[in-house]
Amino acid sequence: MKDFIIPSDDRDMGTPARDGAPVTLTIDGFEVTVPEGTSVMRAAAEAGIGVPKLCATDSLEAFGSCRLCVVEIEGRRGTPASCTTPVAPGMVVRTQSDKVRRIRRGVMELYISDHPLDCLTCAANGDCELQDMAGAVGLRDVRYEAPKDGGLANHFALRDTSGAANPEWRPKDDSNPYFTFDPSKCIVCNRCVRACEEVQGTFALTIEGRGFDSRISAGAAGDDFLTSDCVSCGACVQACPTATLQEKSVIELGTPERSVVTTCAYCGVGCSFKAELNGDQLVRMVPWKDGKANRGHSCVKGRFAWGYANHADRILNPMIRDSVDQPWREVSWDEAITFAADRMRRLQEKYGRKSIGVITSSRCTNEETYLVQKLARGVFMNNNTDTCARVCHSPTGYGLGQTFGTSAGTQDFDSVAQTDVVVVIGANPTDGHPVFASRLKKRLRQGAVLIVIDPRRIDLVRMPHVEAAHHLALRPGTNVAVVTAMAHVIVTEGLIDEGFIRTRCDWDEFRDYAEFVSDSRHSPEATEMLTGVPASDLRAAARLFATGGNGAIYYGLGVTEHSQGSTTVMGIANLAMLTGNVGRPGVGVNPLRGQNNVQGSCDMGSFPHELPGYRHVKGAEVRAIFERVWGVEIDPEPGLRIPNMLDAAVDGTFKGLYCQGEDILQSDPDTRHVAAGLAAMECVIVHDLFLNETATYAHVFLPGSSFLEKDGTFTNAERRINRVRKVMAPRNGYADWEVTQLLANAMGGGWSYAHPSEIMKEIAETTPSFAGVSYDLLDRAGSVQWPCNDAAPEGTPLMHVDGFVRGKGRFIVTEYVATDERTGPRFPLLLTTGRILSQYNVGAQTRRTANVVWHDEDVLEIHPHDAEVRGVSNGDFVKLASRSGETALRAKITDRVSPGVVYTTFHHPDTQANVITTDYSDWATNCPEYKVTAVQVSRSNGPTEWQEDYAARTTQARRILPAAE
Amino acid sequence: MKIWVPLDSAAKALGADAVAAAIAREAATRGIEVEIVRNGSRGMIWLEPLVEIDRGRGREGFGPVTPADVSALLDGTLDSLGLVEDLPFFARQTRLTFARCGVIDPLRLSDYETYGGLVGLRRAIAMGEAAIVEEVKASGLRGRGGAGFPTGIKWDTVRKAEGDRKYIVCNADEGDSGTFADRMIMEGDPFSLIEGMAIAALGVGASKGFVYLRSEYPDAIRVMNDAVSIAREADILGPDVLGSGQAFDIEVRVGAGAYVCGEETSLLNSLEGRRGVVRAKPPLPAIEGLFGMPTVVNNVISLATVPVIFEKGAQHYADFGLGRSRGTIPIQIAGNVQFGGLFETAFGLTLAEIVQGIGGGTSSGRPVKAVQVGGPLGAYFAPDQFDTPFGYEEFDGAGGLIGHAGVVVFDDGIDMLSMARFAMEFCAIESCGKCTPCRIGAVRGVETIDRIAEGDAAAIPLLTDLCETMKDGSLCALGGFTPYPVLSALTRFPDDFARQKEAAE
Repeated sequence: MKDFIIPSDDRDMGTPARDGAPVTLTIDGFEVTVPEGTSVMRAAAEAGIGVPKLCATDSLEAFGSCRLCVVEIEGRRGTPASCTTPVAPGMVVRTQSDKVRRIRRGVMELYISDHPLDCLTCAANGDCELQDMAGAVGLRDVRYEAPKDGGLANHFALRDTSGAANPEWRPKDDSNPYFTFDPSKCIVCNRCVRACEEVQGTFALTIEGRGFDSRISAGAAGDDFLTSDCVSCGACVQACPTATLQEKSVIELGTPERSVVTTCAYCGVGCSFKAELNGDQLVRMVPWKDGKANRGHSCVKGRFAWGYANHADRILNPMIRDSVDQPWREVSWDEAITFAADRMRRLQEKYGRKSIGVITSSRCTNEETYLVQKLARGVFMNNNTDTCARVCHSPTGYGLGQTFGTSAGTQDFDSVAQTDVVVVIGANPTDGHPVFASRLKKRLRQGAVLIVIDPRRIDLVRMPHVEAAHHLALRPGTNVAVVTAMAHVIVTEGLIDEGFIRTRCDWDEFRDYAEFVSDSRHSPEATEMLTGVPASDLRAAARLFATGGNGAIYYGLGVTEHSQGSTTVMGIANLAMLTGNVGRPGVGVNPLRGQNNVQGSCDMGSFPHELPGYRHVKGAEVRAIFERVWGVEIDPEPGLRIPNMLDAAVDGTFKGLYCQGEDILQSDPDTRHVAAGLAAMECVIVHDLFLNETATYAHVFLPGSSFLEKDGTFTNAERRINRVRKVMAPRNGYADWEVTQLLANAMGGGWSYAHPSEIMKEIAETTPSFAGVSYDLLDRAGSVQWPCNDAAPEGTPLMHVDGFVRGKGRFIVTEYVATDERTGPRFPLLLTTGRILSQYNVGAQTRRTANVVWHDEDVLEIHPHDAEVRGVSNGDFVKLASRSGETALRAKITDRVSPGVVYTTFHHPDTQANVITTDYSDWATNCPEYKVTAVQVSRSNGPTEWQEDYAARTTQARRILPAAE
Repeated sequence: MKIWVPLDSAAKALGADAVAAAIAREAATRGIEVEIVRNGSRGMIWLEPLVEIDRGRGREGFGPVTPADVSALLDGTLDSLGLVEDLPFFARQTRLTFARCGVIDPLRLSDYETYGGLVGLRRAIAMGEAAIVEEVKASGLRGRGGAGFPTGIKWDTVRKAEGDRKYIVCNADEGDSGTFADRMIMEGDPFSLIEGMAIAALGVGASKGFVYLRSEYPDAIRVMNDAVSIAREADILGPDVLGSGQAFDIEVRVGAGAYVCGEETSLLNSLEGRRGVVRAKPPLPAIEGLFGMPTVVNNVISLATVPVIFEKGAQHYADFGLGRSRGTIPIQIAGNVQFGGLFETAFGLTLAEIVQGIGGGTSSGRPVKAVQVGGPLGAYFAPDQFDTPFGYEEFDGAGGLIGHAGVVVFDDGIDMLSMARFAMEFCAIESCGKCTPCRIGAVRGVETIDRIAEGDAAAIPLLTDLCETMKDGSLCALGGFTPYPVLSALTRFPDDFARQKEAAE
């Protein structure tokens, strides 16, 4: 039963929790002690007394509009609203009296006089606070009637009794694919408007009109929800106490009767959700308010875009084929596994032990990832394991490992609430990490200041109630120069935190570093021509960061996916150490991880040179730990990285690959090279939900299970290990960890895991930073941040508090070296890539949901100047060409990008932006340089020949023969 | 020869501009040297345009004057009212707040100083924060906007509150029907308001002030803006207020026509550029007001009374009045009344003295049936309650409120049911829509009164229940006080609600 956790206390406390000195008061004769600043309503809830309410909910600040929560307080006049009244010492409150009962009933009678009484057929029936409150206040009669010479004004009747149209009535807005807005049921509690402002920070909703004419309005006049600024995060739907804003899934499937707490499988924020179901039918996902990463908030992907799990494209039966030009044959699991195992073993016999390998997934669970790398090391008997984290955050692991001693961010997400100066470098949180962005925006609205370092004018630079103090719009590829110039300003202007550096860092290394950055060639004036960032802006930003209080740096793939990605990460670490911004709340170095389990897949030993816990395979004592548990001898030589595997395949020495939950053909750079490598292999096993692009070159397809169908854990960007719980049985028959185990055993592995908790037990036994982690602990604590061991039995929210993990913080010299990818006459523009809110990564999931209404194709953002000289108009098909290849897509003219820079997303395989990207990569980790490609843009008539060929080949490769009966 | 022709908008509405132009024209034709001063109103609206001429015997009044009278006026043949200050309506007043109004050229700073202006501010500068606030407390001044909250205590809260900035906000959104005191003082003596705000700023440590002025007062907006510019040039406003070392400046902001923005928290929202909806209290504006900072929000009359308190001393002011209602109150008499206008007097006159003694009864000559005191949200008083003395507690005790001290008189032709309906309708139109009792309740109130009008007696207890819900449940005074006129009409004039069912039934 442990798999079906229903949160013990999910009550709505009415108003948010407060921190403060204890205050004791009496409510209905019960003494209760709460923090100062707590509302009387929340204090009553703490005492177990529910005060009727409609406009109050504990995710929003008190508003005081519904007037149901009135109470009597001794010594005070009138009947104050308990939601807006803070507690005071010795206060004596009565939540029940004739007086307040009369008021509540009177208010409720007014509400119901303007509400359609269709409760039995209403989508919120049984889940409606208005209904609950009518019961709670004992409303027994609605006495308001129309006078004879006129109607009873209302918002719900299409026509009055005479048949005339009701001017107050408005039709339902079902423009949003996931929820409806039915104005006739609205009680104007403002919860949706406030949720949009306070929780999400988008300000898409407002109230139009006043008095009885007050109505919720999305966007400007003439807008509906879809055309407004609404980002479909669903906070309004969650906040709505009635059926006014209602999930379409609930309208269709009915109110859910059970719920399971689990973790979102999209980005690295790792939001906790309650999956609400009827039987095994998922009805809706509701962000869990006790989730420590998301605190009850979500984005459009996590809350709504789960339909892919039931999409018709999903493959549920194993399939094999002898060669990739054949159609697929559906076979039994036995046959598929035997086929795959035999082929892999034969390849090893023929081409050698090291001729096969694995790619682990940053989307699967820690347990599954652990098993896949164990498959390579313990069954294939080599270290040929790599992961998609290679192509996103490998420089983070390396850079932070070198400087601080751990390959992970330093903070938890709660930390952002205490920051004063936020630097966002190479990240676009409102699109890529929306829930974190909402928490950041909340802090910015409270007065924290923002510095954005990004070639593109991301939304955070200026949006409702948020404006960056500085936007350093650098040329792509010059991160190191900018970060080093900031350090130059901080060091040469004497803004360093010398006390911190002397006590916490290696002083000699600091002096070398200080000498290096003080050189005038690193000054903002000297680098201005190179970076395109005005020196005065850069100086001002550096000063602000060094002197503005708690300084926190958040960065993303715009930092790592460069030829000097690792150098920039180290430069960022240097900035934090220089200014003493490590080791307490509100500061730190915070990588924003792309995928749900990038952190975990790195932690679990996916890299070819590291065993779980970032320990090099060369270490005999580390190998000994695993050799003892696994009963095998581990190869002491590091294996192949993904690019090396592909090179080796082209060379004919690498022949077999087991690729779990990653689509390297679409996501990895230089698609043609990837395709050539895959084509040269003799056994490609793709383990995925869908026939992805890589599967075009596969011989074995093993259907995967969605995150809803298995147990396990994900580790998010804040090192938080969150439980993934099985909500329904795997539609394909096996959870992914079981499939890996089947393959391992078919190859003689002899594994016998009965549940992922047993895998976690093995991880804990072998990996010091996970030593204290167990499913029991996770069920008890909700989640835990590693390191979790005897020293930190409840985990570690903040790293490096009393000292760096590596001992002394290490300053590393960050010399700027320009990438070899240069613009020139043939390729005069720089292409940089990113993603958009509604789509996720290669789009395999989100493209199979209604999210396509927001983004149904990748477009090329181009500056008006660059467009004009090329004769390109908005919406034109353009050819995008680089030294690697070419593709075609539509142009969008915008000054978000600077002249000389173009931008696109990589969500759609039709576009294949990675045909363009080069195989340049980070000097330390081979993380590809996605963010800088020299390109040319020209007008075009449509898709390129390559795209058409590709589409034809893919269709051919996806043919499936029906299973023999 | 000096001739005063009011620029007050009531006088202008009655033709003052044409009269002034006629005088200028006629004087030019005759080649007489005249100085036309556009003063504020003396407050005797039935005499407007009230022209005053000083021929060396003091300021003689003529009025109402039409352009056709100008020739006679200059000939000296037009009937004179005598010295204005001897007119009984004027002579009976105690003019403290309005001492200069109608007397001086509103925008001539030297006039202002001649009549005692800036004495108070200079004294306040010498006193320091705490003493300033103590002085206001000692004066007994209470909020003249209607709530009657002690001004000194409010200031003290702001003074003691912590904030990066503090604000003085003047509520000049005078929307109550039958009230015009704010407008008259802003048009007739704007510096008194500026001086009062400056003293408030010195008292609480505020650096910025706003006058939130309703758009329906274009003349007041113009005069206030001119006065602020003049005050700035004279260093009454600016980085160093009269050498005090403290900065204080004022901005005049124009409202957008919502009655509810006269409610202080809606006003603050509107000033911030937000929708003019009411904020729940707490937090009090004194702690978290404009832009979240400690803010004094006072009515025009409260602030414009401050200079005289500092000029003549708190005790002088406190010596006037009745009970806990200290000082004077500018009563605005309007409606169906013979002598309508502004009458400043110490608290304590009975309603009968105001309506009959000062107002002279109805202008129609018919008996007075009801008097509404305190604007559209004030209770109706029946003649049997006319012995109620004008004071906050006294009116509260009689089931009413003095509000902004507007008194509207009705004769026996009035139907009190339709007045009750009007009150609900007014609330429905002006409701900000935030709280339920007001948003839905006012609409239901209109419908329920319509049912009563149709003879549905069952609707009467429902109306009473609704009024209780609105009174006790509303977020602000708009919904909370609408029951005053409704219930007072219902209980004091029950006959008007006892309709028979239509004959057909």
